[in-house]
Order: sequence, then structure tokens, then C-alpha cells
Amino acid sequence: MSQSAVHPTPASPTPEGGHLLEVRDLHVEFRTSEGVAKVINGVSYHLDAGETLAVLGESGSGKSVTAQAIMGILDTPPAVIRSGQILYQGRDLLTRSEEQRRQVRGKEIAMIFQDALSALNPTFPVGWQIGETLRQRAGMSRSDARRRAVELMDLVKIPAAADRLGDYPHQFSGGMRQRVMIAMALAMNPKVLIADEPTTALDVTVQAQIMDLLADLRRDLDMAMILITHDLGVVAGVADRIAVMYAGRIVEHADVRSLYKAPAHPYTKGLLESIPRMDVRGQQLSTIRGLPPNLMRIPSGCPFHPRCPYVQQVCVDVVPHDLVLGDGRTSACHFAQEVHDDSAR
Amino acid sequence: MTAPASPTKVRGETVLAVEDLVKHFPITRGVVFQKQVGAVKAVDGVSFELRRGETLGIVGESGCGKSTLARLLMRLETPTSGRATLEGRDLFKASGAELRRLRRNMQMVLQDPYTSLNPRMTVGDIIGEPFEIHPEAAPKGSRQRRVQELLDVVGLNPEHINRYPHQFSGGQRQRIGIARALALRPEVIVCDEPVSALDVSIQAQVINLLEQLQDELGLSYIFIAHDLSVVRHISDRVAVMYLGRIVEIGTEDEIYERATHPYTQALLSAVPVPDPEQRDTRNMIRLVGDVPSPANPPSGCHFRTRCWKAQEVCAHEDPAAVPRAADPHPSACHFAELRA
Repeated sequence: MSQSAVHPTPASPTPEGGHLLEVRDLHVEFRTSEGVAKVINGVSYHLDAGETLAVLGESGSGKSVTAQAIMGILDTPPAVIRSGQILYQGRDLLTRSEEQRRQVRGKEIAMIFQDALSALNPTFPVGWQIGETLRQRAGMSRSDARRRAVELMDLVKIPAAADRLGDYPHQFSGGMRQRVMIAMALAMNPKVLIADEPTTALDVTVQAQIMDLLADLRRDLDMAMILITHDLGVVAGVADRIAVMYAGRIVEHADVRSLYKAPAHPYTKGLLESIPRMDVRGQQLSTIRGLPPNLMRIPSGCPFHPRCPYVQQVCVDVVPHDLVLGDGRTSACHFAQEVHDDSAR
Repeated sequence: MTAPASPTKVRGETVLAVEDLVKHFPITRGVVFQKQVGAVKAVDGVSFELRRGETLGIVGESGCGKSTLARLLMRLETPTSGRATLEGRDLFKASGAELRRLRRNMQMVLQDPYTSLNPRMTVGDIIGEPFEIHPEAAPKGSRQRRVQELLDVVGLNPEHINRYPHQFSGGQRQRIGIARALALRPEVIVCDEPVSALDVSIQAQVINLLEQLQDELGLSYIFIAHDLSVVRHISDRVAVMYLGRIVEIGTEDEIYERATHPYTQALLSAVPVPDPEQRDTRNMIRLVGDVPSPANPPSGCHFRTRCWKAQEVCAHEDPAAVPRAADPHPSACHFAELRA
């Protein structure tokens, strides 16, 4: 009976170190010759062990920049991290030295990119490139690194891996190149895999293969995954939770099922309504009017207000805070409950 | 729905007929004494008809030949063999003044709104350029007014006629490309991946614009895309291509609801559905391997190397795209049947 006192079950995650990875109130701007672009304006999200978080947004929403800040691969300048924290296992990465960050990069958090052809070096065989990490970081001998490279290529289901070790990136198809990049990312057994638009450049049948592979690997290797994408279909297939970004902010955050069932932010609602559906054929697509904002001149109040069908005076004047809607769902909209109820109807 | 563009032009009659179109790109070896050692069979015997006022969607994965097909129809490539007629006139035999007349009737919208507009020309010059080549389409004095009308038609501000492409967003640039294609009042517009470079929220705006223009002007579209959801939304009929051939063609409903070719079925089943509730109940056909090289396609049925139904006969006998017992629309499979 005193058991629970000795081992208290964590009802809520502990404030420090509760999450595997946590981004807190991150602000990033880009200083260009034309002015300052506010690319990230207070992004917060977290990732727990073993889960898949989808970060959804259109071009310029800041989804990739946030990931690059986590990895520590932002080009500074022009980028400047103004404020915020990136906690990995409770410790802030942004205050660590470059050498300490190098220990995290690849080993703890690894990343794969959209365009595998430009991410791989065209002048070296893929086996050598996969082994490079192992030789440099794990101090493996050349033959050990070679052996491990074959294992990794097998792991990502590249047929006849041992024979293809000496092939160059251009000798692989798009899908196989993406597998090579995944193998490189997995070389150091990371706990977090960030996949930035991993299937955007691929055909649908290959996309399905790669998403299957990522889901299997995440489960088998017990990794956590951040999936960055603009594709609502891909998110629906694999993610546990979803964070929707607009103009450098998370506008809505929810578990995937409840978000698709009833979005609580007008932007998410507009996105879901504007995609052509193969299973439902409508006459006309509803659209989100206007254009995404210029990040050098973000609208006052809620950045979405010039495009929003729910807009009121308050939206122009006041920046909306995250409204909690229960189940840990949040929506940065003054009328979140209304939008949610409208969508649920 | 709407009246035909002009009384003599009947909706539903054939505008464009393509017969057994073939384009092989030679593979050569040697520098001084070049000899042909093979051919990339980009388009390998394609036939279809396009009717007035309809949209024919062409889908397929990269390398299936859909963009080469578009370039052939625009006469940007010379076909190896085959025939195409636009309103009864032979597209590939025409030359000189006749070719120019034919080209007026067929225009193209390209994929990338960033590279398909000359950055040094104003929007007015870009949209008005077709009138330089076809002065009869708009007399000199009326050109500016005509360009402004076109800007208005595609939903841009006519006062922006003197701006440059970089002053517009991606979606707006695609509208400029559409305005340019409309300038000569064509019958047919070939759209090669017109929305795939655009963000989701902008994509819907451009699709709606294309649909609205079709209704108002009685246009016929060949709509090439890899996004099957977009194609279903916009198309009346759909052709599915694989390694240079049309493997199945039919109405939107026949292809999406009653596909009988295994490739079409696999392609459709792989499209991600934006509904997490269907995650576990979806019945996805997982194709193994990659598309073979079009330089060396498999014998017989091109799809047989990835097909779970493949038998001896598939390696020897080329299946014709003919109506099958399972459903009366053309399907190039010996074992065509509806998906269980």
C-alpha cells in the first residue's frame, strides 16, 4: 500500500527532463540584405521516446529551420537564434559547445533529407560514405566499417547489399538512394530520427515503400521520429501526434486522429478542406484565400488573420495564445472552440 | 453546363486524336564514329482521343513517358513514328504557316513557374509575346488591352502589367503561365504537372481556376500529373501510363472505382489517404522493386516483372489495351479483373 508512495507513478511529465526532446519558445531570424525575416516565432514542441511526431507546414512555415536548429546545422549567419531552448534529455543543446553538440549529432539525433541525390557525395561509393561515420565517430577499422555498412544496407532492405557497396549514388534509383541515406543516419544508433520531407521527391509506390520502412525501423530500433512534411496524407499514415506550423509558429497541436476528425484552427481546417480527395469527389475545392505572409512583414495579431474566414477585430489586435482544448490539444486561435465545433459538425 | 465556345464547335467531338505514337531516343556510343547501340523507349505506342471540353488526365510514375508525350504533342520533339490529328489536320506533317496555325490551337502550361517565365521580361511582355508570332490574333493597338483582359481572367490585377515575375508568388506565376497559354485562344491546353510545385493552399486556387476557364471557354485539357488525387478531381477521363505505354484508359469512375489493370490498382492503393482512421484498414498493394529502365523494358507486358499475377504468357505476349470482360474499358492485362 505504501508502494505508490515509494514509486510514484508519473502522472504528469516532470518539468525538467520529462521529454526526450523538447523545443521551448524558439525564436530564429534571418538577417538578409533586404531586412530581417522572422522565420521562427516562438515554437515549442516535444517528442517522447518511441513516438512519431509530424510537423506539418507549407514552404516558409519554418518546419525545416526548427529541425536544423535542433541538429545544430543552421547557417549562422544569416540565421540568428534569438532565444529559446532545445532540451535533449533535459539538457539545453543551445548552451553547449560545438564539440559537445557534435557528440549529440548523429549519435543521439540523426537526420535525413528530401533530396538524397544532393545529400550524398557523387564522387565516393555509397559503402564508403556509410562507413565514413563509423570510422570517424566510432573509430572502427576499415574492414569493420565495411562489414557494418553491409549490415546497415541490409537493414534498410537494399537488395544484394554486399555487391552494391562499391556503387556510386548515381547508380541507384531515387528510392534506393533514400535508403542509403537512411542507412547513414542509422549508423550510430540514434534515439531520434528527424526525417525532413523524406518522400517528397519520390513516386507514390516508392513513397509507400519508404514510409513503411521508416515505420518498421522506428519500431524495431525503438527510436522516436520527427516527420517533417507538407503532405496530410503521409501524416495520416504514420504519425501519433501532429504540430501544424504557420508563419513560424505552431498553430495547432493534437493527436492525429482528433485533429483530422475536427481541426481546431482555421488554417488546419482550410488545409484539410482544400486537398483533393481520392475517396470523396467534390465539385469545387474550397480554398484558403490570399497568400502565405512575407516573413519580413508578418501581419499584426494572429499572422493568419488576413486569410482567415473567422477573422474579427481581436485577431488583428491581439496575438492569440495557445488555447487548451482538452486531451493536450492546443490551438493558437481566439475562436478555437468555435472552429472545433464547426469542424466536428 | 455552359454553351460551347462557338456554335460550330460541338462539345464531345474529337479535337485531338493520337495513334500509335512512338518516341525512341537513340543511345549512341563512340565519339567520331557514333553508332546507335540501343534506344530509350520513352513513348512506345500510345493512342488516345481527346474530346472537346473534356479533361484527359495522364498519370504515371517518373520515367513513364508522360512528359515526353506532352513534348511530342507540342512538336518540341519529333516522333519516331505515329500520327496525331488536331481538328482533323495532321500535327506532324504540318510545316510553315500551317504549323503555326496548328500551334495557335494547342498551348502548354509548364510545371515550374520559376523557370518557365523569363525574369527579364515584364508580365505584359510575357503574356503578349504570343501576339508577336501570331499578329493576327490581336492587332497591334489592342495588345495591351488584351493582356490586361487576360490578367483579369486568371485573377491577377491588370494594373500589374509592368511588373516582373520575381514580384509574384509561385501561385501567381502559375497564373501568368496560364494567361500566356490562353493568349491565342487555343482549343487544347497541355498542362504538364501544373500544380505540383505549389503549396497545398495555393494548389486548390489554381485547380479551381483551370476548371472555371474550361467551363467558360470550352477548353480541352491534357492534364499530366503524378498526384492521383488531383487528377481524379479535375479529369473526365484518365489514362494510366507505365514504361511508355498506356496500360489502362477510361472515365474517371472506371479508373478509380473499377480499375482492372494490376498496375493501376497498385498505384491507387499506394496513394496516402488523409484519414488516420483508415490507417489499419487500408488494403495496400505493395509493389516490390523499381520501374525497369525504359532502355531495356521487359518483354511482353512491361509490368510483368513487378506483377503478382504474372504468368508465362505475360513474358511472350504483349497484352493489348482492349475492353476486358471484367469491365468494358480498355485495359492492357491478360488477367484483367476487378480488385476483390
